[in-house]
Amino acid sequence: MSRQANRGTESKKMSSELFTLTYGALVTQLCKDYENDEDVNKQLDKMGYNIGVRLIEDFLARSNVGRCHDFRETADVIAKVAFKMYLGITPSITSWSPAGDEFSLILENNPLVDFVELPDNHSSLIYSNLLCGVLRGALEMVQMAVEAKFVQDTLKGDGVTEIRMRFIRRIEDNLPAGEE
Amino acid sequence: MADAVLFEFLHTEMVAELWARDPDPGPGGQKMNLSVLEGMGFRVGQALGERLPREMLAFREELDVLKFLCKDLWVAVFQKQMDSLRTNHQGTYVLQDNSFPLLIRMASGLQYLEEAPKFLAFTCGLLRGTLSTLGVKSLVTASVAALPTCKFQVVIQKS
Repeated sequence: MSRQANRGTESKKMSSELFTLTYGALVTQLCKDYENDEDVNKQLDKMGYNIGVRLIEDFLARSNVGRCHDFRETADVIAKVAFKMYLGITPSITSWSPAGDEFSLILENNPLVDFVELPDNHSSLIYSNLLCGVLRGALEMVQMAVEAKFVQDTLKGDGVTEIRMRFIRRIEDNLPAGEE
Repeated sequence: MADAVLFEFLHTEMVAELWARDPDPGPGGQKMNLSVLEGMGFRVGQALGERLPREMLAFREELDVLKFLCKDLWVAVFQKQMDSLRTNHQGTYVLQDNSFPLLIRMASGLQYLEEAPKFLAFTCGLLRGTLSTLGVKSLVTASVAALPTCKFQVVIQKS
């Protein structure tokens, strides 16, 4: 019995490693394909965006979270529900701007960067940039235009990993001009 | 721990971005184009193989290794076991999954059959990479007759 239970957790751990390792293989491949890190960052963001626009449906279907009324509520849902569900971590929310339109997600341990060491010649590579794309894409599907970017990264020697989120505007439902 | 959906979506995105990009196209056209995805799968499989518990590395026979792929590896990666394992006892194995998770959402039947190979290349590499860590050199190919059933053929390379 105990052996079986043991295997259960092992396979879960492996599926998490599968994702981390697959992501690593992707970044490695993109670094080979593109000459400069900026292009790799862009590509990761774009792929993340494409994932985000689909992931939001999975998230809404599974979480029973309704519409958020303000950006603070959105921040809570992202950190406490979404990150928990998909990556098994709960980032803390800090550094609200006075206007309440900007906050930071602090990731103590970023599962994407397990087993990763950044070589010196890739100093401008934002390794986990896929996450920013995912956040942007997912929020766009719920009518929020945001900007997400890494401002601190443990891979680059910072103490923590910090994603800065900035609310840009609410996306209005698109009605053709002159029609109601 | 990362949710299984993440891997699925990431994989889809990788297929969309990378399947046609082969820096070194050889003869054979499209088949070769899958080599980038296959190569990535190989590296992931190799690393997964290294993370296996010690006891599992003490396989005595080739068949044990293949059984391990069908049970433990498949459960770890796809949360299910392989449906059947067949062999001709001469180093060729056929692993069949009747509802392969990366195809299951696409179609049931012949629709999108032409697209299916793209979604198998990474997994072929994954099997080959894991085998390589376990000390078995192999060639892995996949075929689909009707979605979402697919067969992976493993041919062991004798050295």
